[in-house]
Amino acid sequence: MGSLGGVVADSQFHVLAVDDSVIDRKLIERLLKISSYQVTTVDSGNEALEFLGLQDEENKDSDLPSVCTANHNRREVEVDLIITDYRMPGMTGYDLLRKIKECSSLRDIPVVIMSSENIPSRINRCLEQGAEEFFLKPVQQADVNKLRPHLLKERLRNNKSKLIEECLGSRPIKKENFQ
Amino acid sequence: MERTQMHRQLANMRKSLFDQGYLDEQFIQLEELQDDANPNFVEEVVTLFYRDSARLIQSIDQALDKSTLDFTKLDGYMHQFKGSCSSIGAKKVKSECTQFKEYCKAGNGEGCKKTFQQVKKEYATLKKKLEAYFQFARQVGPVETACRPK
Repeated sequence: MGSLGGVVADSQFHVLAVDDSVIDRKLIERLLKISSYQVTTVDSGNEALEFLGLQDEENKDSDLPSVCTANHNRREVEVDLIITDYRMPGMTGYDLLRKIKECSSLRDIPVVIMSSENIPSRINRCLEQGAEEFFLKPVQQADVNKLRPHLLKERLRNNKSKLIEECLGSRPIKKENFQ
Repeated sequence: MERTQMHRQLANMRKSLFDQGYLDEQFIQLEELQDDANPNFVEEVVTLFYRDSARLIQSIDQALDKSTLDFTKLDGYMHQFKGSCSSIGAKKVKSECTQFKEYCKAGNGEGCKKTFQQVKKEYATLKKKLEAYFQFARQVGPVETACRPK
């Protein structure tokens, strides 16, 4: 288990936070930084998709699935988790969640939804669509602490598949994946 | 005024903001996000709140000035404003916002207008009190408030 600990501690987790409220962006950024995460904040679903390297200009606000660039390597940045507000003008957090889950290169990134409204049907819908957690606002440290297991799980999964690919020869062998 | 006396007075100022219902638990959460590297976090957030919400207040005022009220639009603005109040722990302002939203839902224009006057009143009162609090805090100097351990 020691080697896994070494691999996981490799690089900081990078969280993308999406919220149209400048105050809530400041808050979530602070909370995430206290947990030693690298943080990027954006103010809309569209900006989030752009940042993730997935944007279909014509379909910006439509219900159709975006043309998804399945080429993972095209994406410049690694995002380990996306946390988004539900109610935003234009694309809601739910719409964003759906678009992410429809995209093969993004669907494994854990997504968390935040909302100031405690509506059980909304919460269920988001969880069914694949959100890992649903936080009620205002978000607190205790909520942010719940993110770590999702981040660790995903990194472990990624490291495992990289290791398997290397063993099968479909990927150049990297020493650190064997440690 | 002697240093310890000032500290005590600052603590009392802070306590009365909670006792009188102006602030709630969320304000304490903000204080806990403050540390030596971010010593003015709470004041920064509050300043940002007053700056950002000024435009929302203006939008609501303008929307309430129409002959036919668009309650969906009003609710949308108020939702944003209430969210911000909630994020900084502005308890009294938030409760007036809740009342406003109820009137919106009921399509009660007069109720909305009356309540919004209350919203603005509480908003202004809190601003004065917090300004005085932060100003005094600066005079007192670095204080061991509810700070996160390093």
